[in-house]
Amino acid sequence: MTVLGIAEHRRGDLRDVSFELASVGRELADATDSELHLAVIGGEVEAFADDLDREGVDVIHTIDEGEEFNHDIYVQAVEALHDDLSPDVLLMPHSVNGLDYAPAVASRLSLPLVTDAIGVERDDGLAVTREMYGSKVETVVDVDADRVALTVRPGEWPPVEGTGDADVSAFAVDIDESQVRSTVTGFEEVGGGDVDITDADVLVSVGRGIEEEENLALVEALADTLGATLSSSRPIVDNGWLPKNRQVGQSGKVVTPDVYIAIGISGAVQHVAGMKGAETIVAINDDPSAPIYDLADYGIVDDLFDVVPALIEEFGGEPPEI
Amino acid sequence: MKILVTVAEVAEVEDDFEVDGLAVDDRYLTYDLNEWDDYAVEAAVQIQEAGEDVEVVSVTVGPERADETIRMALAKGVDRAIRVWDDDLAGTEYLDSATKAEILAAVAEEEDPDLVLTGVQSGDSAFGATGVSLAERIGFEWAAVVNDLDYAAGDDEASVRRELEGGVEELTDVETPAVLTIQTGINDPRYASLRGIRQAQSKEIAPKKLADLGLDADVTEGAVSLTELYEPETVSDATVYEGSPEETAGQLADLLRDKGVVEG
Ligand SMILES: Cc1cc2nc3c(=O)[nH]c(=O)nc-3n(C[C@H](O)[C@H](O)[C@H](O)COP(=O)(O)OP(=O)(O)OC[C@H]3O[C@@H](n4cnc5c(N)ncnc54)[C@H](O)[C@@H]3O)c2cc1C
Repeated sequence: MTVLGIAEHRRGDLRDVSFELASVGRELADATDSELHLAVIGGEVEAFADDLDREGVDVIHTIDEGEEFNHDIYVQAVEALHDDLSPDVLLMPHSVNGLDYAPAVASRLSLPLVTDAIGVERDDGLAVTREMYGSKVETVVDVDADRVALTVRPGEWPPVEGTGDADVSAFAVDIDESQVRSTVTGFEEVGGGDVDITDADVLVSVGRGIEEEENLALVEALADTLGATLSSSRPIVDNGWLPKNRQVGQSGKVVTPDVYIAIGISGAVQHVAGMKGAETIVAINDDPSAPIYDLADYGIVDDLFDVVPALIEEFGGEPPEI
Repeated sequence: MKILVTVAEVAEVEDDFEVDGLAVDDRYLTYDLNEWDDYAVEAAVQIQEAGEDVEVVSVTVGPERADETIRMALAKGVDRAIRVWDDDLAGTEYLDSATKAEILAAVAEEEDPDLVLTGVQSGDSAFGATGVSLAERIGFEWAAVVNDLDYAAGDDEASVRRELEGGVEELTDVETPAVLTIQTGINDPRYASLRGIRQAQSKEIAPKKLADLGLDADVTEGAVSLTELYEPETVSDATVYEGSPEETAGQLADLLRDKGVVEG
């Protein structure tokens, strides 16, 4: 039997999730004495294959089609390779690009699909752990099928390490160009501007718990008092209350300050992806079951509108009227 | 032209809750329009307002309770709504994204839209798969995680930005008809005006059963089933300060002084 994982790369580099996916793949392959195959599609496939050749990887398929990710090509390539190999598990990343092709692949191959896996267990069937309700609840879903497609949450598994001795083989696909109906025309970095939150030693970070734009004055005052930089979760930026360069998270900035004070932030996985590397994490949140507390070193489970003014006063500052 | 917007009612769990079997006990759930769908509705209505003769139709898979949420979408400018539900769906323990996509595909075949907008994911189950699954089923082109859209009614191409990780955006041209999954922040969703809310009362929410769409109960029989649902064990080893806000703030202040964040 075979487990097949599809690597991800962008602008010349394999993304970490490729190696994490190989780790899940090895785990699943071991459980059924199967081989772990990886595939890499587009770009410098030979160089990528070298890099992917790590411990536990049996075969690497290179598919030399396109430079960057294009889902129309990926869908065709994965479909063709899947037809050829008939893997029992097909692994793809639960990344933004994964979201853009994995469901189409599963649909086209009539495979049951489970997304955003954070745990897998294999004996007779496959049991997948995933979260619901913004990480407040965990679920296990069983997949009762001979073949299945799975997307894997980035950052959940350790990457495969070491050097391997995988067979590398080129796989040729006849791309039907009439089915390539989207064209990537470029990339753009967003969120330059006034401050670089990745430079800050101390971040006061504000989330949806702040409720209104006017109330931001409160956390601004705290940041001023502490000499800290103000950052935020996504909804604050979505609302246009702070510029994009202040957003911490998967689609924002990855920050590693000495101290990260999360105020009214629940700790959704995409937020955590940007701040889990902070040395000391403090949470102020009135919900004791908020996922941010799984990560926090220190916490105050209380109303931020009571705690933040008190904190400002502790340092001799004057909380603004809101 | 016609834009179809998928609209989901999602459940939010209260701070304290209990699990009852394979679900969160209903008493601890509140329902609301899916955050991502709110942006999808706005995107559709903006295209409508910019062009002539655009009909915006919403479709929901969900029980009668969802009508309340659908009315919000109608109040914001959706012209009419379709809601699919029946006893077979109600009796299904786990509606996976394949089942939902199958049902939405049947609606799309009937409605024959030029553009379909969905949210990137729904806030409760966070599968993130319905839109792209739907596209593949109905043979539309697609783009996922769209945070900027340049499209006018009748265009045969949409220019989008896809928000990748780490502050990088991909610029992509997508042939239409297409399904676009919409990311939050793409626009500024309007509040429903009082007038809108009043008008929504007279707009149609057409109830449909699977059979009305030429589907039978088989669509609900997927290979994926829910076997466990639990509150994750707290792995938290956080020091939680106790006391009044003044007391807890005092303790946190001491910590910040210890860490050298603030002097003195
Ligand atoms: C593809 C994709 C990419 C994404 N990228 C990012 C990203 O880069 N960054 C990001 O942050 N998110 C990102 N998200 C969104 C993410 O899923 C969450 O929606 C978001 O992080 C939630 O922000 P929040 O914690 O501020 O809000 P919520 O989840 O609404 O949390 C608010 C918290 O405040 C608490 N609260 C409310 N009132 C008070 C009060 N008075 N006192 C104290 N506490 C209070 C609540 O208990 C709650 O825990 C992304 C999502 C997707 C699908």
